[in-house]
Amino acid sequence: MTILPVILWSDVLIWLLVVAALVLAALSARNPPLRTAWHRVGRSAPGMAAATVLLAFVLVGLLDSVHYRPRLASRDSGAPAAYAIEVLSLLDALASPLRTRNEKTYSEPLATHGYAKESIETRDADGRLQIARDFPRLKYGGAHLDADARDLAAQRDADVGRRVLAATSLAALLSGLLVLGCASLLASRNACSLMTAWRALRRGETDFAWRSVLVTLGVLLLLLSPLAALSVDYHVFGTDKVGQDIFYQVLKSIRTALVIGLVTTLVTLPLAIVLGLVAGYFRGWVDDLIQYLYTTLSSIPGVLLIAAAVLMMQVVIDNHPQWFATAAERADLRLLALCFILGLTSWTGLCRLLRGETLKLRELEYIQAAQAFGVADLRLIVRHILPNLMHLVIIALVMDFSSLVLAEAVLSYVGIGVDPSMISFGTMINNARMELAREPMVWWSLAAAFVFMFALVLAANLLADAVRDAFDPRMAGAS
Amino acid sequence: MLAYLLRRLLYAIPILIGVNLITFALFFVVNTPDDMARMQLGVKRVTPEAIEKWKAERGYDKPLFINSQAQGTGVFTDTVLFAKSARMFVGDFGRAEDGRDIAREIASRMGPSLAIALPTFIIGLFVTVSLALLLAFFRASALDFWGVVLCVALMSISGLFYIIGGQYLVSKLWRLVPISGYAAGLDAWKFVILPVAIGVVSGIGSSARWYRTIFLEEIAKDYVRTARAKGLSELTVLFRHVLRNAMIPILTGVVVVIPLLFMGSLLSESFFGIPGLGSYTIDAINAQDFAVVRAMVFIGSVLYIVGLVLTDISYTLVDPRVRFE
Amino acid sequence: MIFFRLALFIVPLLLAACGSEQNDPYPASERGGNILYSAFTERPKHLDPVQSYSEDEGVFTAQIYEPPLQYHYLKRPYTLVAASAQAVPVPRYFDAQGRELPADAASETIATSVYEISIRPGIRYQPHPAFALNRDGTARYGKLDRESLQGIETIADFPESGSRELVADDYLYEIKRLAHPRLHSPIFGMMAQRIVGLAELGETLQSEAKSLPADTWIDLDRFALKGVTVVDRHTLRIALAGKYPQFVYWLAMPFFAPVPREVDRFYAQPGMAEKNLTLDWYPVGTGPYMLTENNPNSRMVLERNPNFHGETYPCEGEPGDREAGLLADCGKALPLIDKVVFSREKESIPYWNKFLQGYYDASGIASDSFDQAVRFGAGGDVALSDEMRAKGIRLLTSVRASNFYMGFNMLDPVVGGMAPNDRKLRQALSIAIDQEEFISIFMNGRGIAAMGPLPPGIFGHLDGEAGINPVVYDWVDGQAKRKPVDVAKRLLAEAGWPNGRDAKTGEPLVIYLDTTSGGMGDKSRLDWLARQFAKLDIQLVVRSTDFNRFQEKIRKGAVQLYFLGWNADYPDPENFFFLLLGSEGKVAKMGENASNYVNPEYDKLFGQMKDLDNGPRRQALIDRMNRILQDDAPWIFCFYPKSYTLAHSWLYNRKPSDVGHNSLKYQRLDVGERERRRREWNEPVLWPLFAGALALAALLLPALFYYRRRERASART
Repeated sequence: MTILPVILWSDVLIWLLVVAALVLAALSARNPPLRTAWHRVGRSAPGMAAATVLLAFVLVGLLDSVHYRPRLASRDSGAPAAYAIEVLSLLDALASPLRTRNEKTYSEPLATHGYAKESIETRDADGRLQIARDFPRLKYGGAHLDADARDLAAQRDADVGRRVLAATSLAALLSGLLVLGCASLLASRNACSLMTAWRALRRGETDFAWRSVLVTLGVLLLLLSPLAALSVDYHVFGTDKVGQDIFYQVLKSIRTALVIGLVTTLVTLPLAIVLGLVAGYFRGWVDDLIQYLYTTLSSIPGVLLIAAAVLMMQVVIDNHPQWFATAAERADLRLLALCFILGLTSWTGLCRLLRGETLKLRELEYIQAAQAFGVADLRLIVRHILPNLMHLVIIALVMDFSSLVLAEAVLSYVGIGVDPSMISFGTMINNARMELAREPMVWWSLAAAFVFMFALVLAANLLADAVRDAFDPRMAGAS
Repeated sequence: MLAYLLRRLLYAIPILIGVNLITFALFFVVNTPDDMARMQLGVKRVTPEAIEKWKAERGYDKPLFINSQAQGTGVFTDTVLFAKSARMFVGDFGRAEDGRDIAREIASRMGPSLAIALPTFIIGLFVTVSLALLLAFFRASALDFWGVVLCVALMSISGLFYIIGGQYLVSKLWRLVPISGYAAGLDAWKFVILPVAIGVVSGIGSSARWYRTIFLEEIAKDYVRTARAKGLSELTVLFRHVLRNAMIPILTGVVVVIPLLFMGSLLSESFFGIPGLGSYTIDAINAQDFAVVRAMVFIGSVLYIVGLVLTDISYTLVDPRVRFE
Repeated sequence: MIFFRLALFIVPLLLAACGSEQNDPYPASERGGNILYSAFTERPKHLDPVQSYSEDEGVFTAQIYEPPLQYHYLKRPYTLVAASAQAVPVPRYFDAQGRELPADAASETIATSVYEISIRPGIRYQPHPAFALNRDGTARYGKLDRESLQGIETIADFPESGSRELVADDYLYEIKRLAHPRLHSPIFGMMAQRIVGLAELGETLQSEAKSLPADTWIDLDRFALKGVTVVDRHTLRIALAGKYPQFVYWLAMPFFAPVPREVDRFYAQPGMAEKNLTLDWYPVGTGPYMLTENNPNSRMVLERNPNFHGETYPCEGEPGDREAGLLADCGKALPLIDKVVFSREKESIPYWNKFLQGYYDASGIASDSFDQAVRFGAGGDVALSDEMRAKGIRLLTSVRASNFYMGFNMLDPVVGGMAPNDRKLRQALSIAIDQEEFISIFMNGRGIAAMGPLPPGIFGHLDGEAGINPVVYDWVDGQAKRKPVDVAKRLLAEAGWPNGRDAKTGEPLVIYLDTTSGGMGDKSRLDWLARQFAKLDIQLVVRSTDFNRFQEKIRKGAVQLYFLGWNADYPDPENFFFLLLGSEGKVAKMGENASNYVNPEYDKLFGQMKDLDNGPRRQALIDRMNRILQDDAPWIFCFYPKSYTLAHSWLYNRKPSDVGHNSLKYQRLDVGERERRRREWNEPVLWPLFAGALALAALLLPALFYYRRRERASART
């Protein structure tokens, strides 16, 4: 065995979430109102386009959630197996050229030379040292190009053009095949001719918003395949201060954002659902107590509460170094702690909403009747009240995601975000902010972080809109 | 009404006590009084005696929660917790760890905070309501669709980018306003204009979209249909009926944040170098100044509760049918 | 309606845009004044001379207070000259029987050293209400209470002020204040061991303070301080226990600046502290400037002290100063600038941009924020970018009197220990971590790779071949060249870790670095560091925590490797070498030796070195001490940071200095040039405003169009 699998806590939770999503899907399929609501989501073109983009992000995140420690190369074969302290993920393995090809310092996107002039020592024919100031050639960026050529820039441009052309044509071909596949699938399912299916697809008349999914997929392919083709030999988004590839950092940030956005709900939901239902259903002193709890919590300014709690977790982590075999585990626990704290501070809103709805529901006749028949409270809550509140929960879940991702960036700025050794959009922005002041300006890391974060949050927001429109009974009438 | 207010205020007391306990517990798990002393006394040449002296002088040499050596009520009152929080209820916040009077500091920082927060709030409300009204007016048209898309796009951008981008363009490239700083009095306008503009723009997305749905709900109501049937022009209907009625949920929803405006904005105050309460809070967190953090949490909670009460009152003012139980 | 709102927004902008320099952050009334603009990032915690210790505070206190001595502005190595004293005092030594000893007496025989300081007569304090007198000679504001303080918010609200002459007694008063139990002077513990009678005074005052209710004034005059005597109106005598030649350096710090008792009394009146009317907030001194506005949240203003005793610009400096134009103002009366405005600048980007726009005349001392902004050649050659040179910006560098190091905890079983093999592990790491690369990437070349604890400019530091660290460097082609990694690998194998594996068990070698998130903590540095360790196949685990936790770990000795720096208090080798003294052990003695390094031979040499005057004998001892440290390698010597200042073309006489901060009085401005440049650089760009207005109109047009169409449609139906 050449690797040592490492299971980080956040990995466990992420995969647990995947399972939970599957279970939710199964449950939704059996519950008619939820099923129709999901169908409505499926019909929404922007919603499905957003879902496609999100799925791509989630895929990257999941690849980045399988961790292992590579075995250390050992010179004598008798030595016991030892594993590197560095924890890698599947994504790292796939993107290992991105991860390992570090330049010395900044370089522009697709550059072949460094960003700042350097003194370069060369030896003359007669052996004297010559010092010249010039842009140094990058170690890896465009290294396959003929180094001695005078017109390196032109050569680079040609090479880039060639690669982009090849990649886009491949992507176009692939998208064409996808469309064809989809059309034939539709044709066979609806038992109509391929032509009719294609027409329906083209006009967006299908029951599921296939058109927008396919268009989004096509656009994604067209954008991503040149990136992939170029990233092998160039730094597509440039490199940062220590010469690390920005594209790689962006990819790594995705998982952090997803964990923050999703795992937090694992804390929020149980708290909000249980306390909200209990308060609304039992009323009396239980209600008073829970109301007191959430009023108190929500009256503390959020940032202060988070700051204090994060600092506290930090102390706990620092005092127990023996818990962590690797730095990755440490950073991971801090990330989870952050999720936990964000969850603790954000359950109050949903709880209040659920309490209110429960208060209304329990006055309904059939619930009153069931109570009169002596149906157990727990059973009543789980069977009759909870399903009627599911739409609120689902809406809250999708709505929270984007705000949490955005909050991470702000918290990292204040210095109470993720572990500094963990790559996230927040840490990227925080580092890149300074680079804007450089002369000449280093803009690419901020731009890359901006584009990817924007895409993620925008997709999440659009999906959230679609879900809300589909689930909210009030919205169903309004639009 | 008066009785209700009184009850609300009484109810606030246990909440404030709870808030205090939570902050206290959180903070002292992180920071022992020893840490605080070290932080204040600096790094170089700190002796254990100096730390003990510092603690004794500031009253941190007592037990944190329960003093088992004291007699009678002293068990609870002769502790750091009691000594440090009891006086806050009468408005005495004590001194920051650097010896400066907190109440005075807060009073002097409130102005700059409000100078940013208040215009942001008012102009923001105005802009977003007009935009939402515009979208509602052109509902179900391409304008509406792209307007909503724009709103979603605007709210998908992190607040940090607005500030970084705004500063870069307006102050650095175009040199229209000073990049940061603050001046008291009328001179403040040139410092305030950019943070306010950025605050307004960054808030447009979510609020305009939210108000738009409120307007749409209102438009779907029967009385609007009747008014339209009477032959009133669309504009009249919109301004005279829809706007007026929709303002009720908008304003009552907004009232709760008004008192919190005093707290200032953490981000823009630090980026623009405005000496308000937001940057005070950030400084205090960084400097681990417990006295200030505690005071800010206390004030924040009080303002939040005031906001809740104001919301209730605004409901009755707007809708006489709502009565206080 | 929307147009109206827009107009509201844009009209003032447009109106204002008619003139240039719309982005001027200062009031228009200040334009053209002989005012220096500077910034501060951290609000000063203390301005009281007994408490203030940090560099950020020194920026202010050094201009306001005038201790007896100061450093010569231009000469290097740093030289002490007189400030309020007549001359630099020469100590007289006495043995236990009170007999005077010759200057070269062995230090064991010296029981007390006596410093006699004569103060220049006629020096007057800055105007201050505490000095204001009634007709009968009593203090005008001597009997204030909360009521009479109503309406008074700052010190400027007192209508009357006065001044008086500086006398020797004021110094005595300040030295007593060092022992004040409520003031927590950071140097009290240290000085109590030196100044005769100070420790006893501290104890007396402590018990006195306990017997009095809190906040009551303690009259220091009632308590005697044995070791300090006022000989006459202008002469002060300080007796120290033993020999302590470094004492003169302390006499150049604000700790020994005079504090008049009237002022102390004045501020101690009830109601003052609540209004921040304290010495900590409104310092009073005899220096060239006085603090007239103190709003540490946004602005602090120093103005010329009208009572300043007068001093002239120095006429000699180190070689090169004349060429640099630093001697052009020779003999002119100081200070040369009327007013200095410090603005609070927390974020580095605004700070930097305002500097580029000409609104700051120079970068501050805490110029970390400029790291990002200045482009230095990656090869370590320091140069400004062409664009900045075209603007006339100058770069001034000097090596700071500080060092940075990565310390090993000698108590740790893996990296600690004094056995030859233990040492080799540390030596291997010293070689492997490429400080030159670190300096070029992270410091923009603003540093010099360290060879030992002593930075250049401190006596004992040697340049060239004699000064290299032979464990880490070879001398090749007239340059120090880091030894190849293979040497480090061999050393590591000899230490029992061939290829980073334990020779016996085969376990990989894992080293833990503790750091604060500000120091080494940021991600890119950690990655870089991990790569350095990977050269030797060593696994590096970084544990970054907040500063308190880090300090606590160091105190408990719970670290393996840590990263720290030291800023010298005064330019003497003693101030660096004591950091590795056995008697300073952090865990054992709560001292400053965070590595817990103990080497009796080193300690013995230190004992001999510290009391010697600078000279060949001292140099020989220092060389031996350096060699011991280089061999034992309790620290990885990282680098000596260079401080640099960027200054605009209109600022003259700026020379970076690390130990003396009282540099403001020497600087000069060419205000006309500044006005011209500012105007040239800050032409506002107006088209975006029009473009914005157009874009809004373009957005509204389709709306109007839709509206029209709809109206027409509804009219038709």
